[in-house]
Amino acid sequence: MSRTVVIDPITRIEGHAKISVYLDDTGDVSDARFHVVEYRGFEKFCEGRPFTEMAGITARICGICPVSHLLAAAKTGDKILAVKIPPTAEKLRRLMNLAQLTQSHALSFFHLSSPDFLLGWDSDPAKRNVFGLIDANPDLARAGIRLRQFGQTVIEKLGARKIHAAWTVPGGVRTPLSEESRQWILDRLPESFDTVNLALDLFKGMLDGALKSEINVFGEFPSLFMGLVGADGKWEHYDGHLRFTDSDGNIVADNLSEDDYANFLGEAVEPWSYLKFPYYTPLGYPDGIYRVGPLARLNVCDSIGMDAADRELQNLRDLAQGVPTSSFLYHYARLIEILTCLEHIQALMDDPEITSSRVRSQAGVNSLNAVGVSEAPRGTLFHHYKVDDNGLIESVNLIIATGQNNLAMNKTVTQIAKEYIHGIGDGQDIPEGFLNRVEAGIRCYDPCLSCSTHAAGQMPLHIQLIGADGNLLTERYRD
Amino acid sequence: MSVVTLKIDGVDVAIAAGSSVMQAAQEASVEIPRLCYLEGLSTVGSCRLCVVEIAGINKLLPACTTEVREGMDVTTQSPKLQDYRRMVLELLFGEGNHVCAICVANGNCELQDMAIAVGMDHSRFPYRFPDRKADLSHTQFGIDHNRCILCTRCVRVCDEIEGAHVWDVSQRGEFCHITSGLDQPWGDVDACTACGKCVDACPTGAIFRKNDTTGEKVGDREKLEFLVKARENREWVR
Repeated sequence: MSRTVVIDPITRIEGHAKISVYLDDTGDVSDARFHVVEYRGFEKFCEGRPFTEMAGITARICGICPVSHLLAAAKTGDKILAVKIPPTAEKLRRLMNLAQLTQSHALSFFHLSSPDFLLGWDSDPAKRNVFGLIDANPDLARAGIRLRQFGQTVIEKLGARKIHAAWTVPGGVRTPLSEESRQWILDRLPESFDTVNLALDLFKGMLDGALKSEINVFGEFPSLFMGLVGADGKWEHYDGHLRFTDSDGNIVADNLSEDDYANFLGEAVEPWSYLKFPYYTPLGYPDGIYRVGPLARLNVCDSIGMDAADRELQNLRDLAQGVPTSSFLYHYARLIEILTCLEHIQALMDDPEITSSRVRSQAGVNSLNAVGVSEAPRGTLFHHYKVDDNGLIESVNLIIATGQNNLAMNKTVTQIAKEYIHGIGDGQDIPEGFLNRVEAGIRCYDPCLSCSTHAAGQMPLHIQLIGADGNLLTERYRD
Repeated sequence: MSVVTLKIDGVDVAIAAGSSVMQAAQEASVEIPRLCYLEGLSTVGSCRLCVVEIAGINKLLPACTTEVREGMDVTTQSPKLQDYRRMVLELLFGEGNHVCAICVANGNCELQDMAIAVGMDHSRFPYRFPDRKADLSHTQFGIDHNRCILCTRCVRVCDEIEGAHVWDVSQRGEFCHITSGLDQPWGDVDACTACGKCVDACPTGAIFRKNDTTGEKVGDREKLEFLVKARENREWVR
């Protein structure tokens, strides 16, 4: 008799979801699904509001990556105004996004994921968290927390608040960077470089040893990758154009504009999840599966354009013997991106224009339909607004990074389930090895479910085992 | 000019006959919460936030529209008044759609200030979430009816100081709203001189400059009082 295992809710990710594992008559895995069970409806209640409010409203979608929404909303606003923002404003927006990528990746690696690596997959779940890490390796935990603090403080120095800073506006930013803040950033950079280099050495050592087997199980499959790249093909996070590459490193589509996203991105809907399933339309659904985020950004770019980060990128490509296609390597990619961000921040701090006070362009409504894009920590983020002649929002479409990894997350869950669940008979419980790894499989993508459904929630663990007849056989909760 | 004497919170005050209790309180440096009252404009007593207790009168009276009388004994602060004022504010918040986090007036809003002053940390009344619109048809300014508390400062400042009379109050009860011209989009009202006095007078983020984003609105309310006194005294020194 076939059964289904359901994990609900899932821990140490942002938002609320559950996992169902469907078993066949022999007790092996036939399918697995990652359900997102939140709903908020941001796109609806933005209607009728002035477009100038969109940064403030959409930033409230998330408390972890509000900067991503602030930037995408401001860039969409720039296009509605049809203005070119002052060069310093663009540099400052870039600085905030680099700080955001740093703090979010530090949160993902040190606070959320490293307890699995450092304490062991099968260690006590009650201690397999950041507090357990503080007990086991206080120096690393402190360094990780301070790295995140660095990113958060840069955001605060620019926008006066760490979270939901009302700082990016259509036409630029509201306040310039003070010389005092520039100096603070410069003073803290060396320590931040030390921390990420420490983490890189530690993690690379584990990829060669304790974590070697995970690379082949945690989302190792071919797919497309999508991300922004600069005009010169270099790593990009704020502007540039969109590029799709495949698992062999071939460029599938290049020089795509966010304005035309509807021509190459489709959004499928499944009845069992509030999270849509974006796909690359030329390949159809679900064959048009693509991944976004740190690994995708590193895969679509030719190079990073920063010395230390490029050395690590080459190391990653050597490790994978080509294009890294395992989602477990998102963790490595995240660390490389932190290094990239720190190098870019260093370069921006050395730019004499960075403290200029010309940071805002003014204009009225000049375009009624605009799409803004930015690279959020979890991947490419699109904001699409249609406004009336006066600038009141008529419709909104938000395509969120986590949503674009939805197909990949489902595929990863299935792959892990097939690896760890075999021949489950009636009355047998869910294997611990699976329980301890499946959440980590999802966590590779560092999903932000509040963003992706534009919804809020908590996420402990809930798994259900369901038979072939659809009946619930067993379930497990973990707060 | 005859003068009357009265007590405000036990303090003796002498003020010109015909003055309001609100003016007498200001003379005595006593702050009375208010929203519809704005120095330099006529008084309407619509917000009921400035209600005070007067010895010998068994109902609460608004300080802004109550004239001083010889020997009056006025109390501006008491638990009963605090309760009433808090209730008034809870009803104002419940009646509209006030979302401070994204409001242009966040941090510079008299409704916020009053809520803090009376200790309103939550509302005991359910929010109505009315379906109200914003009008951005004016080239420089916008009005968001979600944030309007119907204090009518804009109506009065436009009529009494600017002399353009763009604004009026339309309909009644839950449908009551501020209207421009003959219920036209603001941008179509020829009478509007785009002086911006209504932006300065508005106590909330209901009327704002179009490029303002969260917390960027700064209303220069003292400018309006200055204009009135400058015209009266023929002195334009601020």
